[in-house]
Amino acid sequence: MMSDLNALTIAAARDKLRARDITATELTEACLAAAEGSGKLNAFAHHTPDIAREQAKAADDRLAKGDAPAMCGIPLGIKDLFCTKGVPSQAASAILNGFRPEYESTVTQNLFDAGAVMLGKLNMDEFAMGSSNETSTYGNVVNPWKGDDGADLTPGGSSGGSAAAVAGDLCLAATGTDTGGSIRQPAAFAGITGVKPTYGRCSRWGIVAFASSLDQAGPMTKDVRDAAIMLSAMCGHDPKDSTSMDMPVPDFEAALTGDIKGKTIGIPREYRMDGMPSEIEKLWEDGTAMLRDAGARIVDISLPHTKYALPAYYVIAPAEASSNLARYDGVRFGHRAKLSQGDGITEMYEKTRAEGFGAEVQRRVMVGTYVLSAGFYDAYYNRARKVRTLIKRDFDTVFADGVDAILTPATPSAAFPLGAMADADPVQMYLNDVFTVTVNLAGLPGVAVPAGLNAKGLPLGLQLIGRPWEEADLLNVAYTLERAAGFVAKPAKWW
Amino acid sequence: MSIDTETAARVAKLARIRVEPDALPALADAFNTILGFVEQLNEVDVDGVEPMTGVTPMRLKRRDDVVTDGAQQKAVLANAPDAREGFFAVPKVVE
Repeated sequence: MMSDLNALTIAAARDKLRARDITATELTEACLAAAEGSGKLNAFAHHTPDIAREQAKAADDRLAKGDAPAMCGIPLGIKDLFCTKGVPSQAASAILNGFRPEYESTVTQNLFDAGAVMLGKLNMDEFAMGSSNETSTYGNVVNPWKGDDGADLTPGGSSGGSAAAVAGDLCLAATGTDTGGSIRQPAAFAGITGVKPTYGRCSRWGIVAFASSLDQAGPMTKDVRDAAIMLSAMCGHDPKDSTSMDMPVPDFEAALTGDIKGKTIGIPREYRMDGMPSEIEKLWEDGTAMLRDAGARIVDISLPHTKYALPAYYVIAPAEASSNLARYDGVRFGHRAKLSQGDGITEMYEKTRAEGFGAEVQRRVMVGTYVLSAGFYDAYYNRARKVRTLIKRDFDTVFADGVDAILTPATPSAAFPLGAMADADPVQMYLNDVFTVTVNLAGLPGVAVPAGLNAKGLPLGLQLIGRPWEEADLLNVAYTLERAAGFVAKPAKWW
Repeated sequence: MSIDTETAARVAKLARIRVEPDALPALADAFNTILGFVEQLNEVDVDGVEPMTGVTPMRLKRRDDVVTDGAQQKAVLANAPDAREGFFAVPKVVE
């Protein structure tokens, strides 16, 4: 059935493409049709069918010659945060209206070199600042999943368009980025797999910067195997990113043996938050039991500075953002405000940034400005960086004690209705990242795996955190958990 | 510490974001909520702890000191809101 090609996993599509059962062009057409018909989800911000068809044709030529890497002919959605040459790339911000980069991000270039096909650019929170995809200049993304009351739910954020597009079978997989949880939280809300690699694994070059010491790109896929395949193609050393690690990229897929006998899995007691919903607690216990049954040794561990991770993050990330976003000044690219008679350059900056940045971005840029300003730098920014050292030390200690991976919930709840947080103060929204943000601060790899449904039929995810640079081992634990959980549910199509 | 509207106005000015006077009280409130939340960091004993500069210990790579890129004026100016005669154009900067 041609219409179901868009529902394939990368691994299944790869095998069919190589066996010449299907062509990349057929696969791409199926995804383009699905993307075209997905307007109600608002996952796509820009469609690029011409590029997709051209790339699919080139992929078919490679496949015909037998020169076909795993990603060859695989149709992807690309988060709008990635600069793609000649294609609108505006980080879901009005301040980048009309911006068409003259260059290609390293990660997308790596994927295209491997033969991948770009279907279009995916919606997201503005500048990746948000946990519900409600701060985008393109409007909200709607989660393909619906609860029993039928309300429109958030797909999470900031990679909400990516999560919705993968969960809704609009593409085979998508790129995401994760600064505080922006891959793992939406993956959990949409019942898909999302990986944030070790800081430095994927080049940041050509990805619109939010908080440079925290940002990492990663794959958002239908299962763990696909995440392994796509991650191998995305990462690698890049001289254009000085924080990109120069080390070989393993074949992550080859590490998926499903054998975790003798591995030690840590359960951090500080992640057992007051008021944690019982469905999240049960999911976590079930996941622990699955890993134990698979032969892992389960140990209780302590990460004593966990509760300070979010406050440290909400100093460090806005501080870095205020610096990174200083470049949006109406001079070199994007929006420039209409000026009045007599306006000088300062008025141009101020009006341009007031018009171009949304409320949440403005708030974070100003918080960052404040914590970096004279007299407050030590009290806020330096203190937060010291706490960050302690948070990383917590992880270093448990890894030195022999822990191979850490199991936690991915999010404190299932997907919530769009608009539900409209009247909440900003900190309430920030609490979405309570389980994921530690991983960014410590630079570790983390993966969210769908592990069950709640009473309303919505997906819930578990997170596994690994040792730095040991994504291969981490993905094998995730693969084992995935197989034990047996999550196969899909959202019913309503859009 | 509490942020008043005057401080909020000063921060907006430093950030080069125009905030209308009637929006300042709400902005100050938001700052106070966020900064109140991060106050918790004061509970942590950070004596003798080095502030983190980079999460992964690594030596910055060196390369030969040669020109690797350039001569791309057209590409650099392609997205400018106002480019004239090979330059970015902006309102008058000096009187």
